[in-house]
Amino acid sequence: MLANLGFILGTTLLYSAPLMFTSLGGVISENSGVVNIGLEGMMAIGAFTGATVGFYSGNPWLAFLAAGIASGILALLHAIASVTFAADQVVSGIAINFLGPGLALFLSRLFFDGATMTESIDFNAKMPRPLNGVFAQNSFLDLVFNQYATVYLAFLLVLIMWFLLYKTKLGLRIRAVGEHPKAADTLGINVYKIRYLCVILSGIFAGFGGAAMSLAVVSNFRPTLISGHGFIALAAMIFGKWKPQGAMLACLLFGASQGLVIFIGRTDLQVSSQILAMLPYVLTLVILTGFVGRANGPAADGIPYEKDEA
Amino acid sequence: MSNIDFDQKVVEMKNITKKFGDFTANNNINLTVHKGEVHALLGENGAGKTTLMNVLYGLYNPTAGDISINGEKIEIQDPNVAIEKGIGMVHQHFMLVEPFTVAENIILGMETTKGMGQLDMKKAVKEVKKLSEKYGLHVDPDQKIEDITVGMQQRVEILKALYRGAEILILDEPTAVLTPQEIKDLVEIIRNLTKEGKSIIIITHKLKEIKMVADYCTIIRRGKHIDTVDVSKTDEDELASKMVGREVSFEVDKEDKEKGNVVLKIDDLVVSDNRGIEAVDGLSLEVHSGEILGIAGVDGNGQTELVEGITGLRKITNGKVLMNGKDITNKEPKNIIESKVSTIPEDRQKRGLVLEYSVEENMILENYHKKPFSKNGILNPKGINDYAKKLIKRFDIRPDNEKIKAKALSGGNQQKVIIAREVSNDPDLLIASQPTRGLDVGAIEYVHKSLVEQRDKGKAVLLVSLELDEVMNVSDRIAVIYEGKIVGVIDQKDANENKLGLMMAGGGATDGQE
Amino acid sequence: MAKSKFSLKKFFKGKVGFTFISIFIGLIVGAIALLVAGYNPITAYGIIIRGIFGRPKYIAYTILYSTPLILTGLSVAFAFRTGLFNIGAEGQYIIGALVATMVGYFLHLPPVIHVIFVFLLAALAAGLYGGIAGFLKAKFGVHEVIATIMLNWIALYLNNFIVMSEGVRRPESESSYKILDTARIIILEKWKWTDAGRQWLSNHPILQDILKTPANWGFLVALLLAVVVWYILNKTTLGYELRAVGFNKHAAEYGGIAVEKSMVKSMFIAGSLAGAAGALQVMGVTKAVTKLAAMEGYGFDGIAVSLIGSNTAFGSVFAGLLFGALKYGGPKIQSTLGAPSEMIDIVIGTIVFFIAIPKFIKMVLDFRSNKRGDKNVG
Repeated sequence: MLANLGFILGTTLLYSAPLMFTSLGGVISENSGVVNIGLEGMMAIGAFTGATVGFYSGNPWLAFLAAGIASGILALLHAIASVTFAADQVVSGIAINFLGPGLALFLSRLFFDGATMTESIDFNAKMPRPLNGVFAQNSFLDLVFNQYATVYLAFLLVLIMWFLLYKTKLGLRIRAVGEHPKAADTLGINVYKIRYLCVILSGIFAGFGGAAMSLAVVSNFRPTLISGHGFIALAAMIFGKWKPQGAMLACLLFGASQGLVIFIGRTDLQVSSQILAMLPYVLTLVILTGFVGRANGPAADGIPYEKDEA
Repeated sequence: MSNIDFDQKVVEMKNITKKFGDFTANNNINLTVHKGEVHALLGENGAGKTTLMNVLYGLYNPTAGDISINGEKIEIQDPNVAIEKGIGMVHQHFMLVEPFTVAENIILGMETTKGMGQLDMKKAVKEVKKLSEKYGLHVDPDQKIEDITVGMQQRVEILKALYRGAEILILDEPTAVLTPQEIKDLVEIIRNLTKEGKSIIIITHKLKEIKMVADYCTIIRRGKHIDTVDVSKTDEDELASKMVGREVSFEVDKEDKEKGNVVLKIDDLVVSDNRGIEAVDGLSLEVHSGEILGIAGVDGNGQTELVEGITGLRKITNGKVLMNGKDITNKEPKNIIESKVSTIPEDRQKRGLVLEYSVEENMILENYHKKPFSKNGILNPKGINDYAKKLIKRFDIRPDNEKIKAKALSGGNQQKVIIAREVSNDPDLLIASQPTRGLDVGAIEYVHKSLVEQRDKGKAVLLVSLELDEVMNVSDRIAVIYEGKIVGVIDQKDANENKLGLMMAGGGATDGQE
Repeated sequence: MAKSKFSLKKFFKGKVGFTFISIFIGLIVGAIALLVAGYNPITAYGIIIRGIFGRPKYIAYTILYSTPLILTGLSVAFAFRTGLFNIGAEGQYIIGALVATMVGYFLHLPPVIHVIFVFLLAALAAGLYGGIAGFLKAKFGVHEVIATIMLNWIALYLNNFIVMSEGVRRPESESSYKILDTARIIILEKWKWTDAGRQWLSNHPILQDILKTPANWGFLVALLLAVVVWYILNKTTLGYELRAVGFNKHAAEYGGIAVEKSMVKSMFIAGSLAGAAGALQVMGVTKAVTKLAAMEGYGFDGIAVSLIGSNTAFGSVFAGLLFGALKYGGPKIQSTLGAPSEMIDIVIGTIVFFIAIPKFIKMVLDFRSNKRGDKNVG
């Protein structure tokens, strides 16, 4: 029984980590006032880059970093469109969602001989598990805490983001820009610079999220690896009321359902895994209607800032 | 009395021109301000006052012209330079981050930190307290902006500038949102500041205030510099004619008229605002046919919620609204319109018009489902077009093109579209909520004339306005709203500014007698 | 000469002009991607164009590929015009396809009537499904983007649950049973394989080629629905209401329009359009639904179609055809050149990206027209 619980908790953490990274990306971008619906595409390019660099270099950390950089570059496009050219941020994000997976598969075919699936990373080149061997194998603690480094990093990043947004000068400025960019501007804060920074960071985090899939959860990239995870991360951010800690909790909820589905799949329980898989989405809708009520994002979220110069 | 040091020119703007595309907002304007001086910038809405100050504050770069601060010629590319040179600006629409605290707003951009970019809010609060004591600007540093009064928000704005070491303060229409009492406080604050050697530029279109507080006044009309006068040597009439370019009278022509029967009866009304606070709190009121009932009050005392409650846009939690004796409480907006209620909404761009719709489409906003505009759910372009053409002509809307989008019209003409639509519904009750906000004098006269016309036709008119002068000039009776209640109703003949001012601050009608 | 040049410039500064410039840039970027990857873009585009227009069969396939995209595009466009962002076309499509399969398999009706029944019930179900998002927004203020993302996944798992359940699942497969013949809309589906049919078709090579595909009536239905959407939006009081809500719900509310009801109506119509896409796809092409491992993308592609078509009805038809052509013709560079067919996604993404930034295109055009420059800009 305890082992089962350990398995569920462990899988929950494993599957939550990619969502958490990506959701934090959404948090930082939207707190600065830029809607980022392109998380899905950014995650895809990150997953691909992570798997590819991991395969060729054999160094998971280099791969992880490269994933962040690749998605950061894709996010730069979103920033250029939405900050400099005052684009409709949703439309730009949709474009990113075509470009990201498109580029990932395009490049995959080039690097892997026409295949849309990258070759598997060697077991030793996957993300390390820092607590491996600390606990007895398959004990409760082992099942829960013997996680890939990305899981711990995801939680660390939640903490860092919380500290950054609410305890630092930069965070105060980011939130001011997301709430009332003109006020920030009149105080000499460079709205454009802040938004560029945040959007690029959101790409980097989404890239980390993608790599947490392709370097830890599985060990390669394939077309369906990132199918909707970015959107779920986005929903988790809204669910979490645009706050790092809220987004974390929402991601854990989605991760838990995944954990449960996988657990049920391994047992001979007569519960439809399809219905089970559906539950968190139904639950989210119910919670949003009843318990959470109207969630309001940053006041200037999604509104391009233009100085009214002609 | 005066604190001016004529030897020190703190601001010198020479031949400033600012163009937006083909539009010249400022044309060769000069402005000089001395240390310790209060300098008023007078002009109508859209005359270019704010643009000029945005140039001084570095929000706009001038197309041509020079700026000197303390005798040193400089270029102010952005607000950072302005702040560094000791210029602070309090914008008409406050630049405050609502969910932030007072202290957070004040330090934003010049944060107190304890190394590594970590905020030091304790220090910030202490500094804010010190500053607010020094200038007598009382605020609570830990309160959130969304929870404090408008008057206090304004003090936060002033503190923001002082925190940045401002020596020159620009105040853009600072009295628009204040009670008469708060205005007096502000004048006191301004006096204190000039005593400390600060210089103040105050943007306004209110003549009385200029006489009350300013030393000099520069008048701008349609982007051009008209004159700079010594305020002590001029009077309101002279200032007014310089501002508008012709003799103006703010008196509204209207003949005495007997009021008729009760059209609108409001009984013990309660309406909550967006935050769930009861903004209208047990309000009762009657409006008769053939009268204009003006509601005077400071912004935020429930005016918006009252109008939205009557018109069905906001839920009434208690009380009744009767229209010609018929209960219209919490009816759908559509049914209320059918009960012969027409409204000129306070925010014409948000409520009054679909800006992306053409003028003709806007003309049928409440009647699109009726003949001749549609039949069996199918629109009738000809019926719509004929109607719009007729109204454009009758109400002199320019340009006379029913196909252009409403957003392409000037503010005055947008308001004419709304008035045309609402008046043509032949209502029994016309509600006009801040109908002249942001309009120039010509358009204001037009709106006032339209309201009086409706009253003369025997309609009931409910005028809600933040401009006390407007309420006093146009209304037959004046009801004062304070904290969601009517604190007194008086006849126009018996009204004066002092009496109304006291009531607006919460004193009852009888207390108003001094 | 000067005059015609002037009007051309005006055209390119209009919305349609921006779209064409964006499409052009998208194709250029696709060419660059191919070039960088070591393929000759001219050859590749040649293959794509021949792959689309080369044979009657190819054209038929292009139309088949376009049909669901036009409809999901219409769905997204309709919602957009009324101020709502329907990311949920994906899920509504799934519901439409699922219900069409159920009605097409379980219900026994005479030929034409069966088709009508399948279509209407599928559209109705998907409409109600879309309406949920509208209702949640109207009643509880749940943002339609998050609601429809959730509903997409719910639809996917619901589909899988039903497909895999007893009596629906075709044994030894991950698909449902096929719909009955009476519920199909494939043109001459049976006859074309009879001896008489083969005989006749061998004398009519163009038709023979076209009928090698599951050519069906779906495209005509899509065109008809595009006209209906255009008519509703522009000529009816319903359209007036919905667009007013889309542009400015505050003003609409003030004018007596029931804003909340409008949201539900709008999402219902949007949902039924996406559901129609699913139904037509089942009746005309797939004949069954299968267990889905991931989203198929008809709904997401519909978003791009709608955006490229400026959120208009006829724009969606045009953009749906363009998208369908690229989706059908694009992969042919994979099979012939070995060039990555995903350059199509890069092309589409680039087009949408530039559609998002008309300001950039305007700037480039302005820069070209005022070479003298205006020193006060910025």
